[in-house]
Amino acid sequence: MTGRVGSFAASVVALALLLALPQFLRQYYLGLATRMLIFALFAMSLDLLLGYAGLASLGHAAYFGVAAYTIALLILRAHLGSGIAFPAALVAATAIGALFAPLALRARGSYFLMITFALAQVVWSVAFGWRSLTNGDDGMPGVPRPNFGWSLDSTQSFYYFVLAIVGLAALLLLAIVKSPFGRALRGIRESESRMQALGYNVWRYQFVAFVLAAAFAGLAGALYAYFNRFVGPEYLFVIQSAEALIMVILGGAGTLIGPAIGAAVIVFLEDFVSSMTQHWVMVLGIIYVLVTLFARHGLIGLIVDYRQRRSEP
Amino acid sequence: MTALAIENLSKNFGGVTALSGVSLEIGIGERRVLLGPNGAGKTTLFHAISGNVMPSSGRISLFGQDITRLKPDRRARLGLARTFQITNLFPRLTVLDSVLLAVGGANGRPIRLLRPMSSYHGLYDEAHRLLDQWGLAGTARRVVRNLSYGEQRQLELVLALAGEPRLLLLDEPTAGLSPGETSRVVAMVQRLRRDMTILMIEHDMDVAFELADRIAVMHQGRLIAEGDEAAIRANRQVTEIYLGTE
Repeated sequence: MTGRVGSFAASVVALALLLALPQFLRQYYLGLATRMLIFALFAMSLDLLLGYAGLASLGHAAYFGVAAYTIALLILRAHLGSGIAFPAALVAATAIGALFAPLALRARGSYFLMITFALAQVVWSVAFGWRSLTNGDDGMPGVPRPNFGWSLDSTQSFYYFVLAIVGLAALLLLAIVKSPFGRALRGIRESESRMQALGYNVWRYQFVAFVLAAAFAGLAGALYAYFNRFVGPEYLFVIQSAEALIMVILGGAGTLIGPAIGAAVIVFLEDFVSSMTQHWVMVLGIIYVLVTLFARHGLIGLIVDYRQRRSEP
Repeated sequence: MTALAIENLSKNFGGVTALSGVSLEIGIGERRVLLGPNGAGKTTLFHAISGNVMPSSGRISLFGQDITRLKPDRRARLGLARTFQITNLFPRLTVLDSVLLAVGGANGRPIRLLRPMSSYHGLYDEAHRLLDQWGLAGTARRVVRNLSYGEQRQLELVLALAGEPRLLLLDEPTAGLSPGETSRVVAMVQRLRRDMTILMIEHDMDVAFELADRIAVMHQGRLIAEGDEAAIRANRQVTEIYLGTE
């Protein structure tokens, strides 16, 4: 009971803090906070798959990147507005998810990981290789931000736009993991054969989880295209997928809030470390090793363990 | 109509014949125990009935319906439930959450995405009723992997019972249990509704003869004898291969 009151109070404080952030952050750091929010959504979408359904995907950047490219292509090449491009981006990410899910779900464990990785690399190679359409590795600059009645060109207004969307998406994800569907996913993570014996069509649950994860990843990717006003093939690259995995594991898989915190930490560290050295990916690797050695249930796990040790002397 | 009818069922794993022309009929409400030495094909037969293994040939029907090619979850929704020889639970979930999944599963309702689980009071009532009924109420909040082995075997049985199955498959429900725990599980089985059909693999002779209406004996993938306790005890082939050690 106190735990519930405590986490409610913590969410109110966190929300107040997020709302007040533009008042005391310089423009650069407000931009960084916006990126943290976008990647928090990206990591939470992967958590649905990894933490709840127990499926480790190394291709999550595919849906993120496909949504981002859909926006850039529809706006810059087809000269459509964001009113069409934005929903189309979500549809495209969801469709790619629905297309890849039956292929990936034929396998489990590290084979699932390899298939998702391979599928994402196919998408990456299209974006990288089809120069006439995508500019290849130069990417596509000049993606205008949407204007739904008010301008999102200022750092501040875009921050609030992202905060609103990520907040709503997080609430939706929270509702999903607390629903019978989310509970069933955890059961499937623990034992597929037991869930089947109980009458659950395991494949259908995994398929829906896969497609939902792709859709939410697409939402994050669409926001990121607007944020940078640019899309490039690195959005689709394996490094992006691996970073998302590390965000989830660093924060604590299967908790939603953990991966969101993990994303914020990784985005901050990336910014911080990149200002000093070019070897960010190496530092990322070291962080990953440290977390798997010393915090097996992630940052959120450290907090939970600490609380438990205090309450049970 | 029979609860379970198996016709000429065979299963080969590569060159190894695990089941060879097994035919078996079990009447509604019957309690049948499957005996046989290790490697006789008992668990393979169970896997074939529950859909975890597809047979090479033959036919299986459940209450008159052909289920030979159905997936395990479809069979479960037709009223078949099973336990596993090697405990197969949800290690990191609580006992209550496990039973909730079991209660919510077998009815094949569509996927429900947004309403919180905690608002489904009917499921909670049913889960608590089952835990009370089977003496696990005290463990409701505990995480499954922290239960004793005996409690895990009991939970295994409760999960199978949650969907009110018509046919229950029990794969060595008392394996590895202490005498006290064994008699608890036997008592649980004896308390089940008499119209529930039970097929059970059991190595403990006392348990087998106590629970069974009829017994079937398997050896090297074949069914070699069927009958009541007296018939099985009198069967010379069975005595040779199985009971001969006594």
